[in-house]
Amino acid sequence: MKTRVVITGIGWVTPLGHSIESVWSRLLRGECGIAKTTHFDATTFPTTFSAEVKDYDYTRFVKKPALHEGVGLNTAFALGAASQAWTSAGLDKFAGLNPERMGIYLGSGEGSLDFGNYIAANLGSWDNEQRKTDSVRWAAIASKRMNAMRETEQEPNMPLTHLALEFGAEGPAYNCLTACAASTQAIGEATEVLRRGDADVMITGGAHTMIHPFGVTGFNRLTALSRRNDSCLTASRPFSVDRDGFVLGEGAGMLIIETLEHARARNAPILAEIVGYGSTADAYRITDIPEDGHGAVGSMRLALADAGLTPADIHYISAHGTGTKENDSTETGAVRTVFGDHAKSVPMSSVKSMLGHLIAAAGAVELITCVLALRDQTVPPTINLKTPDPACDLDYVPNAARKTKVDVCLSNSFGFGGQNDTIIIKKM
Amino acid sequence: MQRDVVITGLGPITALGVGIDATWSALLAGRSAIAPIAAFDPAGFTSRIGAEVRDLKVSSYVPKSYRKAVKVMARDIEIAVAAADQAARDAGLVTKGTAAEGSTVATSYPPARVGAHIGAGLIAAELDELTFALASSRAESGAEATGGLDMHKWGSEGITQLTPLWLLKYLPNMLACHVTIIHDAQGPSNTITCGEASSGLSIGESFRVIQRGSADACFCGGAESKFNPMAFLRQIITGRLNTIANPPDGDPASAVRPFSRSAAGSVIGEGGGIVVLESLEGFKRRGGARAYARVLGFGASQTIHPESRSLRPDPAGRGIALAIKAALRDAKLTPDAIDLIIPIGAGFAENDAAEANAMRTVFGDALAKIPLVSTKPYLGSCGAGAGGIDTAVAAKALAEQTIPPVINCDDPLPGLNAATAPARQAALRHVLTFSTSIGGQNAAMVLGRA
Repeated sequence: MKTRVVITGIGWVTPLGHSIESVWSRLLRGECGIAKTTHFDATTFPTTFSAEVKDYDYTRFVKKPALHEGVGLNTAFALGAASQAWTSAGLDKFAGLNPERMGIYLGSGEGSLDFGNYIAANLGSWDNEQRKTDSVRWAAIASKRMNAMRETEQEPNMPLTHLALEFGAEGPAYNCLTACAASTQAIGEATEVLRRGDADVMITGGAHTMIHPFGVTGFNRLTALSRRNDSCLTASRPFSVDRDGFVLGEGAGMLIIETLEHARARNAPILAEIVGYGSTADAYRITDIPEDGHGAVGSMRLALADAGLTPADIHYISAHGTGTKENDSTETGAVRTVFGDHAKSVPMSSVKSMLGHLIAAAGAVELITCVLALRDQTVPPTINLKTPDPACDLDYVPNAARKTKVDVCLSNSFGFGGQNDTIIIKKM
Repeated sequence: MQRDVVITGLGPITALGVGIDATWSALLAGRSAIAPIAAFDPAGFTSRIGAEVRDLKVSSYVPKSYRKAVKVMARDIEIAVAAADQAARDAGLVTKGTAAEGSTVATSYPPARVGAHIGAGLIAAELDELTFALASSRAESGAEATGGLDMHKWGSEGITQLTPLWLLKYLPNMLACHVTIIHDAQGPSNTITCGEASSGLSIGESFRVIQRGSADACFCGGAESKFNPMAFLRQIITGRLNTIANPPDGDPASAVRPFSRSAAGSVIGEGGGIVVLESLEGFKRRGGARAYARVLGFGASQTIHPESRSLRPDPAGRGIALAIKAALRDAKLTPDAIDLIIPIGAGFAENDAAEANAMRTVFGDALAKIPLVSTKPYLGSCGAGAGGIDTAVAAKALAEQTIPPVINCDDPLPGLNAATAPARQAALRHVLTFSTSIGGQNAAMVLGRA
């Protein structure tokens, strides 16, 4: 008999806002958080827009701001989202926590480079004739301009470290960075930590931003981003025949999960039960997804088996649904393989059409939409879906949210390089 | 019902050499591989020594059909790929990567039953490649906020100077991705990015995955290279590195002095350690020839001392002690069952002291009897690769019933068994190894005889 694990708190910082209710209602109205990029001058890049978090100040959320001065955006997002989750779980009013029995498992991304100073060192030390860096000059410039805290804060474990300091968590602590699958994987592995009995409570989720010059450079070079610069609000169009790539987003999604026993003992609000988790690797190519989608098929099947459920038990699928040509058709095919005849009768939508792609943080934010779908018996839409790709023939909840029976949700996340993770949650 | 887990293959790639045999014999010879940095001219830095992996040709460790992919491997990835190859071959594991190409020999396990948990660091871009592209978009004047880069020119033309797959060289999950592709490991895989604790935590994850039956075999550990000016600067500015052992006045080989009163800072190494973990039943079923050790217990924890913010350790080492205690509890052992510790021992006095306090908390006065053998005087601090290397050494020590020599410590801190000593045979029942990160994540593992 497996230890049962439940979600008791949720919080997020997203391109559509920083509170659970406001963002959820905007998602249900089909609003879009995409706009011209402001973090840097992207006006001549192939892609000039993104889904940035707006008007955000993490110090409004945290209790110990002195511990967090100078954090990067990713950590700032993590702190706001986790503080919301903490309060929503009632942990701010609960005195009985054992710090050694509280762990953290995040799937957070690295922080952004100290761009101006880094570039100044690079350009200032470039030997044009030798076509190489003069590392002695590089060291001289960089040593003068860079500082230890700004550099250390770029390490991908920093969101985790700051959450541990803010909430006093001394239990098992991990950060995984499996590209776009990271936070789904983190929540799955956090569930396993609780199932094993290594903690009573876990803070889990992810935070990331890649809306910086080299992030956009990298994804533009991979031709992964939409270039619909004349209509950025409709640029993220998963499953649409004319989709042309994903839209970079940023933010964080955080959850408090705990053993059912611990949650009941402290009379915690129980939002959902995590019943299934599956994780696989494509082991195929670093750039492409195998046509048969075997990794995605595998992670969904493992999650169903873990939950002891069949495809007919699933009422809603939160798709990875990035809006790239390859992902959406392969994911559709994988769902068809797993769900068979039932595939067309399960609503499956992508909130990336509204929030963009939060990369490492995407899965956690999407799982939170599943929690809210269970609560309100309503699933969010895939917006910008006028003409579906013929290869995408499922029910993507086009353009308008839908009231429907939702007791069990399945959420998919697939990462560059072939990491696949699936989580199934159930109404209690 | 938890399954038993054994370590069956060791693949350290360090400045001491490629593979466990080269590593072990160099350890037994008591020779440090720390030397002046050769990867770039370090004259502009206060610390100019390191432990570099020499002459690693990654294509020798990659099947022919995959050799094109080496072009998109950062150094960290190359080391991980070579380490995984060494570990698989050492284990006698037949995978898509180790089988002769075109061979019809069955693989040791179905692909879906093989996983990979590989720790990685923050990988810095190669400066020459990037700056060559940046230089074409240098601003005529001004542009202070962007370091002299004309962003308009960069966005419209400059970026095309970078190879399309540029980003994929530097994503931390690419270590595990290439390893899973080469060996067709389709089971659970993960990339832990918790600084110096990354590979310790990754091995712990593989241990759990096999215990709970989600995989039968896993590649685990980690790899990292910081011999890139940007990555190296990030280490320099922590203030932890040895700045007095630079030649010509200093002696690199004696630079790292763990638990010594004359500890003068740590030295960066590059390297990785991937080990193969298998379920005992799977190992027996496939007719595996040799298991080095049994994984008996694992523990993870977080240090929450407020000083973590300023790059300083918790002087009491509470977080490290919590991880060690959790690993002992998991192994159902008491502290007196530990006969050897492969600690962090980076040779930076403040950290060594915190670590010593953590061990004192767990072992009390008995600590004075347990040999502490740090690998850092030999091969430096290898970041995300360190825990994998230390686990390989711990497993080998158990299998050989041999304590490797201790070097560079004539004046140990009181109450520690850390003084310079030759290699010695010993009845080793259990070995403990652990790691901690800047940021406070801790991992500890207890190994027993196979």
